[in-house]
Amino acid sequence: MADGTVILDTAGVKRALTRIAHEILERNKGVDGLVLVGIRTGGVHLAREIVARLEEIEGATVPVGEVDITLYRDDFKGHAPHLPVGKTDIPFSLETKRVVLVDDVLFTGRTIRAAMDAIMDHGRPACIQLAVLVDRGHRELPIRADFVGRNVPTSLKEKIAVLFDAANRPTDVVLEK
Amino acid sequence: MGFKHKDIIGLQDLTREEIQLLLDTADNMKEINSRDIKKVPTLRGKTVVNVFYEASTRTRTSFEIAAKRLSADTINISASTSSVTKGETLSDTARNILAMKPDIIVMRHAASGAHHYLAQRVSCSVINAGDGAHEHPSQGLLDMLTMRQKFGTIEGLTVAIVGDITHSRVARSDIFGLTKMGAHVRLAGPPTMMPPGIERLGNVTVCRDMREAIEGVDVVMMLRIQLERQGKTLLPTLREYARYYGLNPQNLKLAKPGAMVMHPGPINRGVELSSYVADSDQSAILTQVENGVAVRMAMLYHVSGGELATE
Repeated sequence: MADGTVILDTAGVKRALTRIAHEILERNKGVDGLVLVGIRTGGVHLAREIVARLEEIEGATVPVGEVDITLYRDDFKGHAPHLPVGKTDIPFSLETKRVVLVDDVLFTGRTIRAAMDAIMDHGRPACIQLAVLVDRGHRELPIRADFVGRNVPTSLKEKIAVLFDAANRPTDVVLEK
Repeated sequence: MGFKHKDIIGLQDLTREEIQLLLDTADNMKEINSRDIKKVPTLRGKTVVNVFYEASTRTRTSFEIAAKRLSADTINISASTSSVTKGETLSDTARNILAMKPDIIVMRHAASGAHHYLAQRVSCSVINAGDGAHEHPSQGLLDMLTMRQKFGTIEGLTVAIVGDITHSRVARSDIFGLTKMGAHVRLAGPPTMMPPGIERLGNVTVCRDMREAIEGVDVVMMLRIQLERQGKTLLPTLREYARYYGLNPQNLKLAKPGAMVMHPGPINRGVELSSYVADSDQSAILTQVENGVAVRMAMLYHVSGGELATE
Protein backbone atom coordinates (compact mmCIF):
# COMPACT_ATOMS: atom_id res chain seq x y z
CA MET A 1 0.00 0.00 0.00
CA ALA A 2 1.19 3.54 -0.74
CA ASP A 3 2.00 5.93 2.14
CA GLY A 4 -0.95 8.05 3.15
CA THR A 5 -4.32 8.04 4.88
CA VAL A 6 -6.73 5.28 3.99
CA ILE A 7 -10.04 7.03 3.34
CA LEU A 8 -11.85 3.91 2.15
CA ASP A 9 -10.75 0.41 3.16
CA THR A 10 -11.67 -2.75 1.24
CA ALA A 11 -15.00 -3.12 3.03
CA GLY A 12 -15.75 0.56 2.49
CA VAL A 13 -14.97 0.29 -1.25
CA LYS A 14 -17.24 -2.76 -1.53
CA ARG A 15 -20.08 -0.96 0.24
CA ALA A 16 -19.65 2.10 -1.96
CA LEU A 17 -19.75 0.03 -5.15
CA THR A 18 -22.82 -1.89 -3.97
CA ARG A 19 -24.58 1.39 -3.20
CA ILE A 20 -23.63 2.79 -6.63
CA ALA A 21 -25.04 -0.37 -8.27
CA HIS A 22 -28.36 0.11 -6.44
CA GLU A 23 -28.47 3.80 -7.34
CA ILE A 24 -27.86 2.98 -11.02
CA LEU A 25 -30.74 0.50 -10.96
CA GLU A 26 -32.97 2.97 -9.16
CA ARG A 27 -32.22 5.79 -11.58
CA ASN A 28 -32.54 3.62 -14.73
CA LYS A 29 -35.42 1.47 -13.46
CA GLY A 30 -33.54 -1.79 -14.10
CA VAL A 31 -30.93 -2.83 -16.64
CA ASP A 32 -32.90 -2.60 -19.90
CA GLY A 33 -30.77 -0.72 -22.44
CA LEU A 34 -28.09 -0.16 -19.82
CA VAL A 35 -24.37 -0.52 -20.62
CA LEU A 36 -21.29 0.34 -18.58
CA VAL A 37 -18.09 1.77 -20.04
CA GLY A 38 -15.01 1.99 -17.84
CA ILE A 39 -12.23 4.50 -18.44
CA ARG A 40 -8.90 2.71 -18.66
CA THR A 41 -7.51 1.44 -16.46
CA GLY A 42 -8.97 1.93 -12.99
CA GLY A 43 -12.45 2.72 -14.28
CA VAL A 44 -12.55 -0.56 -16.22
CA HIS A 45 -11.86 -2.63 -13.10
CA LEU A 46 -14.53 -0.71 -11.17
CA ALA A 47 -17.05 -1.04 -14.02
CA ARG A 48 -16.61 -4.82 -13.91
CA GLU A 49 -17.20 -4.79 -10.14
CA ILE A 50 -20.39 -2.74 -10.55
CA VAL A 51 -21.60 -4.96 -13.42
CA ALA A 52 -21.11 -8.04 -11.24
CA ARG A 53 -23.32 -6.45 -8.59
CA LEU A 54 -25.95 -5.34 -11.12
CA GLU A 55 -26.14 -8.86 -12.51
CA GLU A 56 -26.34 -10.35 -9.03
CA ILE A 57 -29.22 -8.05 -8.09
CA GLU A 58 -31.16 -8.18 -11.37
CA GLY A 59 -30.14 -11.61 -12.70
CA ALA A 60 -29.57 -10.12 -16.16
CA THR A 61 -26.46 -9.51 -18.26
CA VAL A 62 -25.13 -5.97 -18.54
CA PRO A 63 -22.59 -5.27 -21.33
CA VAL A 64 -19.34 -3.67 -20.22
CA GLY A 65 -16.80 -1.94 -22.44
CA GLU A 66 -13.61 0.00 -21.97
CA VAL A 67 -12.49 3.31 -23.36
CA ASP A 68 -8.96 4.72 -23.63
CA ILE A 69 -8.91 8.50 -23.71
CA THR A 70 -5.27 9.05 -24.71
CA LEU A 71 -6.12 10.13 -28.26
CA TYR A 72 -8.80 12.54 -27.00
CA ARG A 73 -6.71 14.43 -24.43
CA ASP A 74 -6.76 18.24 -24.60
CA ASP A 75 -3.17 18.59 -23.42
CA PHE A 76 -1.58 17.28 -26.60
CA LYS A 77 1.18 19.84 -26.96
CA GLY A 78 3.47 18.02 -29.32
CA HIS A 79 7.19 17.61 -28.83
CA ALA A 80 6.90 15.90 -25.47
CA PRO A 81 6.84 12.10 -25.45
CA HIS A 82 3.21 11.06 -25.71
CA LEU A 83 1.47 8.65 -23.43
CA PRO A 84 1.15 5.07 -24.61
CA VAL A 85 -2.12 4.50 -26.42
CA GLY A 86 -4.37 1.91 -24.81
CA LYS A 87 -7.08 -0.19 -26.34
CA THR A 88 -10.66 0.98 -26.62
CA ASP A 89 -12.96 -2.01 -26.64
CA ILE A 90 -16.68 -1.37 -26.88
CA PRO A 91 -17.95 -4.60 -28.46
CA PHE A 92 -21.60 -3.51 -28.62
CA SER A 93 -23.62 -0.73 -30.21
CA LEU A 94 -24.08 2.41 -28.14
CA GLU A 95 -27.03 3.67 -30.22
CA THR A 96 -29.96 4.59 -27.95
CA LYS A 97 -28.26 2.92 -24.97
CA ARG A 98 -28.12 4.37 -21.47
CA VAL A 99 -24.38 4.54 -20.88
CA VAL A 100 -22.89 4.67 -17.41
CA LEU A 101 -19.33 5.92 -17.67
CA VAL A 102 -17.17 4.69 -14.79
CA ASP A 103 -13.92 6.14 -13.46
CA ASP A 104 -12.01 5.79 -10.25
CA VAL A 105 -11.33 9.45 -9.36
CA LEU A 106 -13.15 12.56 -10.62
CA PHE A 107 -10.81 15.56 -10.56
CA THR A 108 -10.71 18.35 -13.19
CA GLY A 109 -13.32 16.73 -15.43
CA ARG A 110 -11.02 16.77 -18.48
CA THR A 111 -10.72 12.97 -18.57
CA ILE A 112 -14.52 12.67 -18.50
CA ARG A 113 -14.84 15.24 -21.29
CA ALA A 114 -12.38 13.20 -23.38
CA ALA A 115 -14.22 9.95 -22.58
CA MET A 116 -17.56 11.45 -23.60
CA ASP A 117 -16.04 12.57 -26.93
CA ALA A 118 -14.70 9.05 -27.47
CA ILE A 119 -18.08 7.51 -26.67
CA MET A 120 -19.91 9.88 -29.01
CA ASP A 121 -17.52 8.78 -31.80
CA HIS A 122 -18.78 5.23 -31.28
CA GLY A 123 -22.45 6.07 -31.55
CA ARG A 124 -25.25 8.21 -30.15
CA PRO A 125 -26.39 6.91 -26.78
CA ALA A 126 -29.72 7.94 -25.26
CA CYS A 127 -27.83 9.41 -22.31
CA ILE A 128 -24.49 9.27 -20.52
CA GLN A 129 -24.33 9.07 -16.74
CA LEU A 130 -21.19 9.20 -14.66
CA ALA A 131 -20.21 6.96 -11.76
CA VAL A 132 -16.98 7.55 -9.81
CA LEU A 133 -15.57 5.96 -6.71
CA VAL A 134 -14.10 9.25 -5.42
CA ASP A 135 -14.90 12.87 -6.26
CA ARG A 136 -11.98 15.00 -5.11
CA GLY A 137 -13.20 18.36 -6.46
CA HIS A 138 -11.21 21.00 -8.41
CA ARG A 139 -13.36 20.87 -11.52
CA GLU A 140 -12.15 22.80 -14.57
CA LEU A 141 -15.16 21.90 -16.71
CA PRO A 142 -18.89 21.91 -15.93
CA ILE A 143 -19.08 18.18 -15.21
CA ARG A 144 -20.56 16.42 -12.18
CA ALA A 145 -20.98 12.77 -11.30
CA ASP A 146 -24.40 11.09 -11.04
CA PHE A 147 -23.15 8.35 -8.70
CA VAL A 148 -20.33 8.99 -6.20
CA GLY A 149 -18.78 6.48 -3.83
CA ARG A 150 -17.20 9.11 -1.60
CA ASN A 151 -16.76 12.88 -1.79
CA VAL A 152 -13.28 13.81 -0.57
CA PRO A 153 -12.43 17.52 -0.53
CA THR A 154 -8.71 17.73 -1.29
CA SER A 155 -6.02 20.33 -1.81
CA LEU A 156 -4.26 20.45 -5.16
CA LYS A 157 -1.09 19.20 -3.49
CA GLU A 158 -2.78 15.99 -2.39
CA LYS A 159 -3.28 12.89 -4.48
CA ILE A 160 -5.92 10.20 -4.40
CA ALA A 161 -4.89 6.66 -5.26
CA VAL A 162 -7.32 3.81 -5.76
CA LEU A 163 -5.42 0.58 -5.15
CA PHE A 164 -6.16 -2.76 -6.79
CA ASP A 165 -4.96 -6.28 -5.98
CA ALA A 166 -3.38 -8.69 -8.48
CA ALA A 167 -6.85 -9.75 -9.69
CA ASN A 168 -7.70 -6.07 -10.35
CA ARG A 169 -10.17 -5.95 -7.47
CA PRO A 170 -10.20 -2.62 -5.62
CA THR A 171 -8.67 -2.75 -2.16
CA ASP A 172 -8.22 0.73 -0.67
CA VAL A 173 -8.54 4.39 -1.49
CA VAL A 174 -5.59 6.35 -0.13
CA LEU A 175 -5.08 10.09 0.30
CA GLU A 176 -1.41 10.91 -0.30
CA LYS A 177 -0.01 14.25 0.86
CA MET B 1 9.05 4.57 -21.96
CA GLY B 2 8.42 7.39 -24.38
CA PHE B 3 9.38 7.73 -28.00
CA LYS B 4 12.06 10.39 -28.13
CA HIS B 5 12.86 10.66 -31.83
CA LYS B 6 11.92 13.69 -33.87
CA ASP B 7 12.12 11.64 -37.07
CA ILE B 8 11.78 8.04 -38.22
CA ILE B 9 14.38 7.46 -40.91
CA GLY B 10 14.84 3.72 -40.50
CA LEU B 11 14.33 0.76 -38.19
CA GLN B 12 18.10 0.53 -37.89
CA ASP B 13 17.96 3.64 -35.67
CA LEU B 14 15.23 2.34 -33.35
CA THR B 15 15.65 0.16 -30.30
CA ARG B 16 13.71 -3.04 -29.72
CA GLU B 17 11.63 -1.19 -27.10
CA GLU B 18 10.81 1.64 -29.49
CA ILE B 19 9.71 -0.82 -32.17
CA GLN B 20 7.61 -2.60 -29.56
CA LEU B 21 6.00 0.71 -28.57
CA LEU B 22 5.15 1.57 -32.19
CA LEU B 23 3.65 -1.89 -32.74
CA ASP B 24 1.63 -1.70 -29.51
CA THR B 25 0.31 1.75 -30.44
CA ALA B 26 -0.61 0.55 -33.94
CA ASP B 27 -2.35 -2.50 -32.51
CA ASN B 28 -4.47 -0.32 -30.25
CA MET B 29 -5.17 2.19 -33.04
CA LYS B 30 -6.55 -0.51 -35.34
CA GLU B 31 -9.88 -0.22 -33.54
CA ILE B 32 -10.35 3.33 -34.88
CA ASN B 33 -10.28 2.02 -38.46
CA SER B 34 -13.22 -0.30 -37.83
CA ARG B 35 -15.57 2.36 -36.43
CA ASP B 36 -18.31 4.21 -38.28
CA ILE B 37 -16.59 7.47 -37.35
CA LYS B 38 -12.97 6.68 -38.22
CA LYS B 39 -11.43 9.74 -36.68
CA VAL B 40 -9.86 10.90 -33.43
CA PRO B 41 -8.92 14.52 -32.67
CA THR B 42 -5.32 13.81 -31.65
CA LEU B 43 -3.42 15.74 -34.37
CA ARG B 44 -6.03 18.45 -34.83
CA GLY B 45 -4.33 21.60 -36.07
CA LYS B 46 -1.21 19.76 -37.24
CA THR B 47 -0.16 19.77 -40.88
CA VAL B 48 1.34 16.73 -42.58
CA VAL B 49 2.99 17.23 -45.97
CA ASN B 50 3.43 14.13 -48.13
CA VAL B 51 6.29 14.70 -50.55
CA PHE B 52 6.62 11.84 -53.00
CA TYR B 53 9.53 12.09 -55.41
CA GLU B 54 8.75 8.56 -56.60
CA ALA B 55 5.45 7.13 -57.76
CA SER B 56 3.40 5.54 -55.03
CA THR B 57 -0.26 4.89 -54.54
CA ARG B 58 -0.43 2.50 -51.63
CA THR B 59 2.06 4.15 -49.25
CA ARG B 60 1.01 7.73 -49.99
CA THR B 61 -2.69 6.94 -49.64
CA SER B 62 -2.03 4.99 -46.48
CA PHE B 63 -0.08 7.87 -44.92
CA GLU B 64 -2.77 10.33 -46.00
CA ILE B 65 -5.56 8.23 -44.52
CA ALA B 66 -3.53 7.77 -41.34
CA ALA B 67 -3.00 11.52 -40.95
CA LYS B 68 -6.66 12.27 -41.64
CA ARG B 69 -7.84 9.68 -39.14
CA LEU B 70 -5.77 11.53 -36.54
CA SER B 71 -7.42 14.82 -37.69
CA ALA B 72 -4.27 16.32 -39.21
CA ASP B 73 -4.47 18.45 -42.35
CA THR B 74 -2.65 16.83 -45.26
CA ILE B 75 -1.08 18.19 -48.40
CA ASN B 76 0.34 16.01 -51.16
CA ILE B 77 3.23 17.05 -53.34
CA SER B 78 4.52 14.78 -56.08
CA ALA B 79 7.72 15.38 -57.98
CA SER B 80 5.94 15.44 -61.32
CA THR B 81 3.75 18.37 -60.26
CA SER B 82 6.33 20.27 -58.24
CA SER B 83 9.23 22.57 -58.96
CA VAL B 84 11.57 19.58 -58.83
CA THR B 85 10.85 19.25 -62.54
CA LYS B 86 12.14 22.80 -62.90
CA GLY B 87 15.43 21.90 -61.29
CA GLU B 88 14.81 22.83 -57.65
CA THR B 89 17.13 21.08 -55.19
CA LEU B 90 15.92 19.01 -52.25
CA SER B 91 17.31 21.61 -49.88
CA ASP B 92 15.38 24.43 -51.58
CA THR B 93 12.20 22.35 -51.70
CA ALA B 94 12.61 21.65 -47.99
CA ARG B 95 13.11 25.31 -47.16
CA ASN B 96 10.03 26.26 -49.13
CA ILE B 97 7.87 23.56 -47.56
CA LEU B 98 9.17 24.55 -44.14
CA ALA B 99 8.12 28.15 -44.74
CA MET B 100 4.55 26.83 -44.82
CA LYS B 101 5.01 25.60 -41.22
CA PRO B 102 4.25 21.88 -41.52
CA ASP B 103 4.55 19.69 -38.43
CA ILE B 104 5.51 16.47 -40.19
CA ILE B 105 7.00 15.80 -43.63
CA VAL B 106 6.46 12.30 -45.01
CA MET B 107 8.84 11.80 -47.90
CA ARG B 108 9.66 9.19 -50.51
CA HIS B 109 12.85 9.77 -52.42
CA ALA B 110 14.90 7.75 -54.88
CA ALA B 111 18.17 8.65 -53.16
CA SER B 112 19.22 6.63 -50.12
CA GLY B 113 19.98 9.04 -47.31
CA ALA B 114 17.79 11.87 -48.62
CA HIS B 115 15.70 11.76 -45.45
CA HIS B 116 18.70 11.99 -43.19
CA TYR B 117 19.83 15.05 -45.17
CA LEU B 118 16.37 16.60 -44.91
CA ALA B 119 15.85 15.81 -41.21
CA GLN B 120 19.06 17.64 -40.32
CA ARG B 121 17.84 20.76 -42.10
CA VAL B 122 14.25 21.09 -40.91
CA SER B 123 12.81 21.57 -37.45
CA CYS B 124 9.65 19.59 -38.15
CA SER B 125 9.51 15.80 -38.02
CA VAL B 126 10.51 13.73 -41.04
CA ILE B 127 9.16 10.25 -41.74
CA ASN B 128 10.80 8.07 -44.34
CA ALA B 129 8.26 6.59 -46.75
CA GLY B 130 11.03 4.86 -48.68
CA ASP B 131 14.50 6.09 -49.66
CA GLY B 132 16.21 4.43 -52.58
CA ALA B 133 17.48 0.99 -51.65
CA HIS B 134 17.99 2.00 -48.01
CA GLU B 135 14.89 1.64 -45.79
CA HIS B 136 11.10 1.60 -45.81
CA PRO B 137 10.40 1.65 -42.06
CA SER B 138 6.60 1.84 -42.22
CA GLN B 139 6.55 -1.28 -44.41
CA GLY B 140 8.90 -3.06 -41.99
CA LEU B 141 6.64 -2.15 -39.07
CA LEU B 142 3.43 -3.22 -40.79
CA ASP B 143 5.07 -6.51 -41.76
CA MET B 144 6.01 -7.11 -38.13
CA LEU B 145 2.56 -6.11 -36.90
CA THR B 146 0.98 -8.60 -39.32
CA MET B 147 3.29 -11.37 -38.11
CA ARG B 148 2.69 -10.51 -34.45
CA GLN B 149 -1.07 -10.64 -34.95
CA LYS B 150 -0.88 -14.16 -36.35
CA PHE B 151 1.84 -15.65 -34.17
CA GLY B 152 1.45 -13.57 -31.00
CA THR B 153 5.16 -12.75 -30.99
CA ILE B 154 8.00 -12.12 -33.42
CA GLU B 155 10.62 -13.64 -31.15
CA GLY B 156 11.64 -17.07 -32.38
CA LEU B 157 9.98 -16.85 -35.80
CA THR B 158 11.89 -17.90 -38.90
CA VAL B 159 11.20 -15.64 -41.85
CA ALA B 160 12.37 -16.23 -45.42
CA ILE B 161 12.81 -13.14 -47.59
CA VAL B 162 13.05 -14.04 -51.27
CA GLY B 163 13.85 -11.85 -54.24
CA ASP B 164 15.93 -8.82 -55.10
CA ILE B 165 17.58 -8.24 -51.74
CA THR B 166 20.14 -5.76 -53.08
CA HIS B 167 17.66 -3.17 -54.26
CA SER B 168 14.91 -3.78 -51.71
CA ARG B 169 14.42 -1.16 -49.01
CA VAL B 170 11.64 -3.40 -47.68
CA ALA B 171 14.10 -6.26 -47.19
CA ARG B 172 16.49 -3.97 -45.35
CA SER B 173 13.84 -2.62 -42.96
CA ASP B 174 12.48 -6.12 -42.42
CA ILE B 175 15.94 -7.47 -41.64
CA PHE B 176 16.71 -4.66 -39.16
CA GLY B 177 13.30 -4.91 -37.48
CA LEU B 178 12.86 -8.66 -37.40
CA THR B 179 16.34 -9.47 -36.13
CA LYS B 180 16.01 -6.80 -33.42
CA MET B 181 12.74 -8.39 -32.32
CA GLY B 182 14.34 -11.84 -32.08
CA ALA B 183 13.37 -13.46 -35.38
CA HIS B 184 15.74 -15.41 -37.61
CA VAL B 185 15.87 -14.28 -41.21
CA ARG B 186 16.82 -16.40 -44.22
CA LEU B 187 17.53 -14.73 -47.53
CA ALA B 188 17.37 -16.14 -51.04
CA GLY B 189 17.59 -14.55 -54.44
CA PRO B 190 19.55 -14.62 -57.67
CA PRO B 191 23.28 -14.05 -57.03
CA THR B 192 23.02 -10.82 -59.02
CA MET B 193 20.47 -9.59 -56.46
CA MET B 194 22.22 -10.66 -53.25
CA PRO B 195 24.54 -8.05 -51.71
CA PRO B 196 27.82 -9.54 -50.49
CA GLY B 197 28.28 -9.52 -46.72
CA ILE B 198 24.60 -9.04 -45.88
CA GLU B 199 24.81 -11.85 -43.33
CA ARG B 200 26.88 -9.48 -41.20
CA LEU B 201 23.64 -7.61 -40.37
CA GLY B 202 22.93 -10.11 -37.60
CA ASN B 203 20.72 -13.15 -37.28
CA VAL B 204 20.58 -13.61 -41.06
CA THR B 205 21.40 -16.66 -43.17
CA VAL B 206 21.99 -16.45 -46.90
CA CYS B 207 20.65 -19.61 -48.56
CA ARG B 208 21.86 -21.24 -51.73
CA ASP B 209 18.43 -21.49 -53.24
CA MET B 210 14.81 -20.70 -52.53
CA ARG B 211 13.88 -24.23 -51.46
CA GLU B 212 16.52 -24.17 -48.71
CA ALA B 213 15.29 -20.72 -47.61
CA ILE B 214 11.62 -21.61 -47.20
CA GLU B 215 12.06 -25.08 -45.68
CA GLY B 216 10.18 -25.08 -42.37
CA VAL B 217 9.73 -21.31 -42.09
CA ASP B 218 6.83 -19.55 -40.39
CA VAL B 219 6.69 -16.69 -42.89
CA VAL B 220 7.63 -16.37 -46.56
CA MET B 221 8.16 -12.76 -47.59
CA MET B 222 8.26 -12.41 -51.36
CA LEU B 223 9.78 -9.24 -52.79
CA ARG B 224 8.65 -7.50 -55.92
CA ILE B 225 10.90 -7.67 -58.94
CA GLN B 226 11.30 -4.04 -59.85
CA LEU B 227 10.89 -4.41 -63.58
CA GLU B 228 10.94 -0.64 -64.06
CA ARG B 229 14.39 -0.41 -62.52
CA GLN B 230 17.01 -3.10 -62.51
CA GLY B 231 15.00 -6.23 -63.27
CA LYS B 232 15.83 -6.34 -66.92
CA THR B 233 19.57 -6.14 -66.54
CA LEU B 234 19.93 -8.56 -63.65
CA LEU B 235 17.73 -11.37 -64.92
CA PRO B 236 17.91 -13.48 -68.05
CA THR B 237 14.13 -13.82 -68.27
CA LEU B 238 11.14 -13.40 -65.99
CA ARG B 239 10.14 -16.96 -66.79
CA GLU B 240 13.42 -18.24 -65.42
CA TYR B 241 13.05 -16.05 -62.34
CA ALA B 242 9.53 -17.39 -61.72
CA ARG B 243 10.83 -20.94 -62.07
CA TYR B 244 13.66 -20.59 -59.57
CA TYR B 245 12.45 -17.84 -57.23
CA GLY B 246 8.68 -17.74 -57.64
CA LEU B 247 6.40 -19.00 -54.87
CA ASN B 248 3.85 -21.54 -56.00
CA PRO B 249 1.68 -24.14 -54.24
CA GLN B 250 4.37 -26.82 -54.71
CA ASN B 251 7.33 -25.09 -53.09
CA LEU B 252 5.10 -23.44 -50.46
CA LYS B 253 4.58 -26.95 -49.04
CA LEU B 254 8.21 -26.84 -47.89
CA ALA B 255 7.32 -24.12 -45.36
CA LYS B 256 5.51 -24.92 -42.11
CA PRO B 257 1.88 -25.95 -42.59
CA GLY B 258 -0.20 -22.76 -42.70
CA ALA B 259 2.91 -20.58 -43.07
CA MET B 260 2.08 -16.95 -43.76
CA VAL B 261 2.80 -15.54 -47.23
CA MET B 262 3.58 -11.83 -47.43
CA HIS B 263 4.37 -9.37 -50.20
CA PRO B 264 4.84 -5.60 -49.98
CA GLY B 265 2.91 -5.08 -53.23
CA PRO B 266 2.20 -4.45 -55.95
CA ILE B 267 2.45 -8.09 -57.02
CA ASN B 268 3.81 -9.22 -60.36
CA ARG B 269 1.40 -12.13 -60.64
CA GLY B 270 3.03 -15.20 -62.11
CA VAL B 271 6.53 -13.83 -61.48
CA GLU B 272 7.35 -13.75 -57.75
CA LEU B 273 3.96 -15.15 -56.69
CA SER B 274 1.55 -17.45 -58.44
CA SER B 275 -1.99 -16.14 -58.44
CA TYR B 276 -3.11 -19.24 -56.57
CA VAL B 277 -0.77 -18.45 -53.66
CA ALA B 278 -1.47 -14.70 -53.75
CA ASP B 279 -5.20 -15.34 -53.34
CA SER B 280 -4.95 -18.28 -50.95
CA ASP B 281 -5.89 -18.35 -47.27
CA GLN B 282 -2.19 -18.30 -46.41
CA SER B 283 -1.73 -14.93 -48.06
CA ALA B 284 -1.64 -11.97 -45.65
CA ILE B 285 -1.19 -9.34 -48.36
CA LEU B 286 -4.43 -7.46 -47.76
CA THR B 287 -3.95 -7.67 -43.99
CA GLN B 288 -0.58 -6.01 -44.54
CA VAL B 289 -2.28 -3.14 -46.37
CA GLU B 290 -4.90 -2.82 -43.62
CA ASN B 291 -2.24 -2.79 -40.92
CA GLY B 292 -0.34 -0.13 -42.87
CA VAL B 293 -2.82 2.57 -41.89
CA ALA B 294 -2.61 1.74 -38.18
CA VAL B 295 1.20 1.58 -38.26
CA ARG B 296 1.41 4.96 -39.99
CA MET B 297 -1.00 6.46 -37.47
CA ALA B 298 1.31 5.21 -34.72
CA MET B 299 4.36 6.71 -36.45
CA LEU B 300 2.67 10.10 -36.90
CA TYR B 301 1.49 10.06 -33.29
CA HIS B 302 4.87 9.29 -31.81
CA VAL B 303 7.04 11.55 -33.97
CA SER B 304 4.82 14.46 -33.09
CA GLY B 305 5.86 13.82 -29.51
CA GLY B 306 9.54 13.41 -30.27
CA GLU B 307 12.22 15.75 -29.08
CA LEU B 308 13.07 18.73 -31.22
CA ALA B 309 16.39 18.45 -32.94
CA THR B 310 19.03 20.90 -31.92
CA GLU B 311 19.86 22.89 -34.97
